[in-house]
Amino acid sequence: MNPRYLPLTATIAIFLIAYAVCIAQYPNMLSTRVIGNLLTDNAFLGIAAVGMTFVILSGGIDLSIGAVIAFTGVFLAVLLQATSIHPLVAFVLALAITTAFGALMGAIIHHLEMPPFIVTLAGMFLARGMAFVLSIDSIPIKHPFYATLKSAYYKLPGGGRITLIGGLMLLVFALGILIAHRTRFGANVYALGGGAPTARLMGVPIGRTTIGIYALSGFLAGLSGIVFSLYTSAGYSLATVGVELDAIAAVVIGGTLLTGGSGFIAGTLVGILIQGLIQTYITFDGSLSSWWTKILIGLLLFAFILLQKGLILVTDRRRRHA
Amino acid sequence: MQASTSILSATAIDKIFPGARALDGVDFSLQRGEVHALLGENGAGKSTLVKCLTGAYRRDGGRILLDGADVDPQSTLEAQNLGIGTVYQEVNLLPNLTVAENLFLGRQPKRFGFIDSREMNRRAKALLAEYDLDIDVTAELAAYSVAVQQVIAIARAVDLSGKVLILDEPTASLDAHEVAMLFRIVRRLKERGLGIIFITHFLEQVYDISDRITVLRNGKLVGTRATADLPRRDLIAMMLGRELVQEVAAEHGAKGEGGEVRFRFRNFGRKGHIQAFDLDVRRGEVVGVAGLLGSGRTETAEIMFGAERADSGTAEADGRALDLSSPRSAIREKFGFCPEDRKVDGIIGDLSVRENIALALQARRGWARPISRSEQDRLADEYIRALDIRTSDREKPIKLLSGGNQQKAILARWLATNPDFLILDEPTRGIDVGAHAEIIRLIESLCEKGMSLIVISSELEELVAYSSRVIVLRDRAHVAELVGNQVTTDGIVEAIAASAGRVDA
Amino acid sequence: MSTTLKAYAVRLFPQVAALAVILLMVSIAFPGFFKLEMQNGRLYGSLIDILNRGAPVALLAIGMTVVIATKGIDLSVGAVMAICGAVAAAAITSGHSLAMTLLITLGTGILCGLWNGILVAVLDIQPIIATLVLMVAGRGIAQLITEGAILTFNDAGLIFIGSGALFGLPMPVVIWLAFGLLVALLVRRTALGMLIEALGVNRRASMLSGVSTGVLLIAAYVLSGLCAALAGIIAAADIRGADANNAGLWLELDAILAVVVGGTSLLGGRFSIAASLIGALIIQSVNTGILLSGFPPEFNLIIKAAIIVLILVIQSPRAQSAFVFLSRARAPVKKTAGEAK
Repeated sequence: MNPRYLPLTATIAIFLIAYAVCIAQYPNMLSTRVIGNLLTDNAFLGIAAVGMTFVILSGGIDLSIGAVIAFTGVFLAVLLQATSIHPLVAFVLALAITTAFGALMGAIIHHLEMPPFIVTLAGMFLARGMAFVLSIDSIPIKHPFYATLKSAYYKLPGGGRITLIGGLMLLVFALGILIAHRTRFGANVYALGGGAPTARLMGVPIGRTTIGIYALSGFLAGLSGIVFSLYTSAGYSLATVGVELDAIAAVVIGGTLLTGGSGFIAGTLVGILIQGLIQTYITFDGSLSSWWTKILIGLLLFAFILLQKGLILVTDRRRRHA
Repeated sequence: MQASTSILSATAIDKIFPGARALDGVDFSLQRGEVHALLGENGAGKSTLVKCLTGAYRRDGGRILLDGADVDPQSTLEAQNLGIGTVYQEVNLLPNLTVAENLFLGRQPKRFGFIDSREMNRRAKALLAEYDLDIDVTAELAAYSVAVQQVIAIARAVDLSGKVLILDEPTASLDAHEVAMLFRIVRRLKERGLGIIFITHFLEQVYDISDRITVLRNGKLVGTRATADLPRRDLIAMMLGRELVQEVAAEHGAKGEGGEVRFRFRNFGRKGHIQAFDLDVRRGEVVGVAGLLGSGRTETAEIMFGAERADSGTAEADGRALDLSSPRSAIREKFGFCPEDRKVDGIIGDLSVRENIALALQARRGWARPISRSEQDRLADEYIRALDIRTSDREKPIKLLSGGNQQKAILARWLATNPDFLILDEPTRGIDVGAHAEIIRLIESLCEKGMSLIVISSELEELVAYSSRVIVLRDRAHVAELVGNQVTTDGIVEAIAASAGRVDA
Repeated sequence: MSTTLKAYAVRLFPQVAALAVILLMVSIAFPGFFKLEMQNGRLYGSLIDILNRGAPVALLAIGMTVVIATKGIDLSVGAVMAICGAVAAAAITSGHSLAMTLLITLGTGILCGLWNGILVAVLDIQPIIATLVLMVAGRGIAQLITEGAILTFNDAGLIFIGSGALFGLPMPVVIWLAFGLLVALLVRRTALGMLIEALGVNRRASMLSGVSTGVLLIAAYVLSGLCAALAGIIAAADIRGADANNAGLWLELDAILAVVVGGTSLLGGRFSIAASLIGALIIQSVNTGILLSGFPPEFNLIIKAAIIVLILVIQSPRAQSAFVFLSRARAPVKKTAGEAK
């Protein structure tokens, strides 16, 4: 087997084994209801993680997404509370702002040649600060359209539901896979992750691609913010703190190399599901404390980092002896 | 008549950097179906000229005609689209993409608006077949050897551009067989009518493949000659601007056979790196190491210096067992090592010349016993003077120095530790001819002072000039030791070739 | 000696100037800003407040500077603060003496640093990834120790570290000043500074020159862990309890920011601990200044972001090359060494 598929295979295997273990202990977990909830509960994280996957594939990082999600939520809540515009218009406005925000960060990273880490850190402060400025309270969203959207779902056999937001996440993943593997933009993202100077010499439009990547991440963070506001029916500037960490963890557990250039969008979906599964298991168990989630995810991260390290060693050695 | 066959012609090219004129009215013309070597010392302006032609730099004056039409490429991409493709020494492809993706990046065939991978792979296969390369194009590029990657890079450049191909030191990391393969391809492209610009440090290759030679010096054109009419000695004179240049410090009298045997390696080796070998080195002796790339030359150096730990055998000095388990312990045993890749393994780019010179000595003394600033200054000034390191002052970051001066500074780093045993891996690679001669003189004077040296070099004349013995390597093993009047270039070539029947990439 | 002093002055000028400007601006908005008072043998005033509140970030910045100089980064320090705060609270409440508690806590910090250091130096994992593991898992570990609650204590000795005073200065200030001075002297009076800088610029070349790169790398992360432990103790002592959820939350970002504001490049190499400490003070002055000048605290983050962007622009390679070009255009033309190929 091509070694580039090994991390992805490992991710899927871990998920299946973990799920089997869960079912062995709690047969109830094998139901479409659990699966439906898994998708719904992690929809906002999954959508943001697709953006993060593109960023990491290109060799960058985006620390701003948690703050952007919170900003979007507050922005929507304030807008819907203070004006009478339709939520759909508010969605478009929010997406336009977050996309432009991402593009701006990409432009700074490209034109000022600064590390993404620091630029998106500034972006995180700025987005969170803007959310604070809009409102420091948790504002409920009571618009009837929200209720309509929340009640839309597809019923699975066995009583489970694929809600609108759960379905949206799957759609975003599907589109993400298409963009990554079947468009020139996607190929350019991988090229950038393989080495920016070389990619430049090979004619990859570095600036446009970099700006595009962060704009995409900003757009998806905005979409994730919309989904989160649907999920919670509120906007709160202190929400989704640290979501960027969960997203990064999902990407790495999904088998993408944190140094860029290698990995799959589909892996991130499995990474999200693994994280969700851990949480579901802890809920089912009832006696386990929530902090085990963090510790387990940390351990999984560590395991995957070691796996990838080992893989690189093996391929290097193979080439040396070729 | 010339106008009709000339595919690329540049006239009166100027390029000015802040404080320096890198190109001064340089003329250059390339004909259809010729291989044109571009030569000169480092800093002569070769790279600058190539960068002006490929749009990496904007020229400050002059005209460039491609196929008779004025062109002014603003970027390498634009030059590529105009028909000028470039292949560099370090393969400029992406190791994490597949071969096919590398070949078609940015121009992937599409179907219904999406990339058609199957079509792309089919075309990639067909394209490489023209170069007699039958490989799995869906595998990652990193899975293939540098030589294969080089061919893929050429295939991409020719497919994209198709008029002019610039080869910038493409053979620097290839062995003889791979060079031969590359030259077969270059000749075939030449027959197809491409104009090829070839930049290299290897003069043999220039005579092997080129039709004409253009020499630059200090940013000015020295001249363009037909290769057949230009004897080697005249070429070197053109490059150096000195009328009477000895190619290498010519005929040596009796080379120091050295004194008594001082260093003794027995059954010394490491699995997968270098087969165990025996080696004696005398006091005041230079032992040369020759072999093709990948034959185990650098591995020999690394294992002697502890950069890779030996898993068999012993090393002793004057009968005392040596601990060579790490560079640190080797340095404690008074060993020194100038690595081949100066940029990656040698210099500490951002630190000053002074700190670079003091580094190894400081590391040996340990962090708790700092060398005082005045002592460091004295040390740096002493070696800057002794080795004639050209730098405005000792506080200049070493990355701003030229290659030859960086090499001297690294030599100074080791000389400051007062070593007994010095390993030099390609000490003269990629540095200009002037510094080249100085380093060879330095090697000889160190040897006279009683130091023992191991020198690895692919320049055989050079090896012959200063080595009292030459170890020949092949397939990661020491296969021959030449002594006395066996030490000639012919002798070395013969020993390398003796059973080189099977050398694959 | 005077040349080195001059070099220091040149190096620290931008940071000192920025700090002075910020303090001046705050003093315009809040007239009593520079007033200091002595009460019960302890100084009080807004300036002292900045020094005191800035203690955790200043401490973290010391270790972070050294880690960043090695071309690394330590994302775990906030989580390590939480772990160490939890350990300190758990140790003192379970009846250990103050000395023993401190020993255990500092030991925990060193252990955390050792873990990071081994991942980076021995397993050769990229620092940002290696320290991410502890950043993610660390808070879980801290919660495990405190069992999810805020673990309070009322040991006078431990509380003294957070709110006591020594030589007229609050204890946290004394600690970070002393520790900063100690580390700065340690790296500059020995050869450690130069060896660390060499390692940060080119690890392999340093290793081949005999620098014990592995030991130095591990030591850098251990120092960072130790700094996080000190900061964790101060944070816990300050609120008389260990809050696993919030102790040191996002302080790793502030610490990195302090180092960047201090002008140490994220690409490793040249570093200055003094400059990073001033960087930490700049960040704290902005925080305190916004509060004092009656600005809504909501703007705090936005101003922070603006400062980062400003510093990015000043430090960006493009801006610097433009600056070099300008200054070179004015200076008499010198012969350059030709292309450095």
